[in-house]
Amino acid sequence: MNQLQNFTKGFIRENPILVLVLGTCPTLATTTSSLNGMGMGIATTFVLIGSNVVIALLSNLIPDKVRIPAFIVIIASFVTIVDLVMQAYVPDLYQTLGIFIPLIVVNCIVLGRAEAFASKNSVWSSFIDGAGMGLGFTVALGILCAFREIVGSGSIFGHKFINGDGILVFVLAPGAFIALAYMIALVNKIKKTSK
Amino acid sequence: MEYILLIISAVFINNVVLAQFLGVCPFLGVSNKVGTALGMTGAVVFVIVLSTMVTYLIQIYVLEKLGIEFMQTITYILVIAFLVQMVEIILKKISQPLYQALGIFLPLITTNCAVLGVAILVIKKNYNLLESVVFSAATAIGFGLALIILAGIREQLELVNVPEGMKGVPISLVTAGILALAFMGFTGIVK
Repeated sequence: MNQLQNFTKGFIRENPILVLVLGTCPTLATTTSSLNGMGMGIATTFVLIGSNVVIALLSNLIPDKVRIPAFIVIIASFVTIVDLVMQAYVPDLYQTLGIFIPLIVVNCIVLGRAEAFASKNSVWSSFIDGAGMGLGFTVALGILCAFREIVGSGSIFGHKFINGDGILVFVLAPGAFIALAYMIALVNKIKKTSK
Repeated sequence: MEYILLIISAVFINNVVLAQFLGVCPFLGVSNKVGTALGMTGAVVFVIVLSTMVTYLIQIYVLEKLGIEFMQTITYILVIAFLVQMVEIILKKISQPLYQALGIFLPLITTNCAVLGVAILVIKKNYNLLESVVFSAATAIGFGLALIILAGIREQLELVNVPEGMKGVPISLVTAGILALAFMGFTGIVK
């Protein structure tokens, strides 16, 4: 597999949210507005790239039996870095995302890539894989956010373009489930017809 | 009275899955059958209460004493992973039937974000030890309630003709969405 394919597989074919359905908790919780979703996507991408690279570097040193705890420690270190950096430079975003920043640790996408890819591949391709997966995650979050924000409150990136309220339910919890359901259904449909 | 309000609020109003989106992965993953949902609920209640208690004590007596609160994430996840392993080993030794019932769910729990989420939330909300235990138990029961209801609905859904693209995850998500809508009706019971 060449590096370009390696990079783009995270977008559609193996999109972590829409095809693999991993990491649904942050997806549903942080997509209330475009800004939150983007912030979450970028934070997760950073953790993915960092942990993928370090795990690929250390994969020969880590004994097979303790690899999962070792991976978790590496991932948790990067999450702590993100946590502290966001607290210092984007305190508003840090406040809104709140508990979901430390919860990147248990995002199945990160550990999934560590186990399935970074522990078996070279540093460079792990870097590419992390970047591709992270971007795929961010893009899927972005689409879901944009949809929920446009329909739910009639605005995009906080700029309002209709008078009055939108369909409020899409900003609230139930709308998150329903919007994601239809996005996955759409991807399923596209995959079926393109075969 | 305070504690009753805390319980009602954690189970119904701020339901961990349907309102706070913690633990959605196992919520979708093990909600095929009511039986497995019950097993998972048991395991989750057990692990959440235990891990919240332990991480709370560690926070007070180790992290805050040494002034290293920034190590929270790393410490908590290691403690939880360790506890889950311990519980699994102990259960295997002392109670075969319980192990049979809960055993297969235990490894899955480490990556259940509700466990880490509750451990962090009780610190954020400044609860004391008793409040933390009550809150964590109520949260776990709320998780179980949502899981069992969804499992019950999904068992019925198998008899229904679902459109091709909606099969599997999407229809479960729509069901969960409607369930969340129903749970929103509880808003306002407790101020």
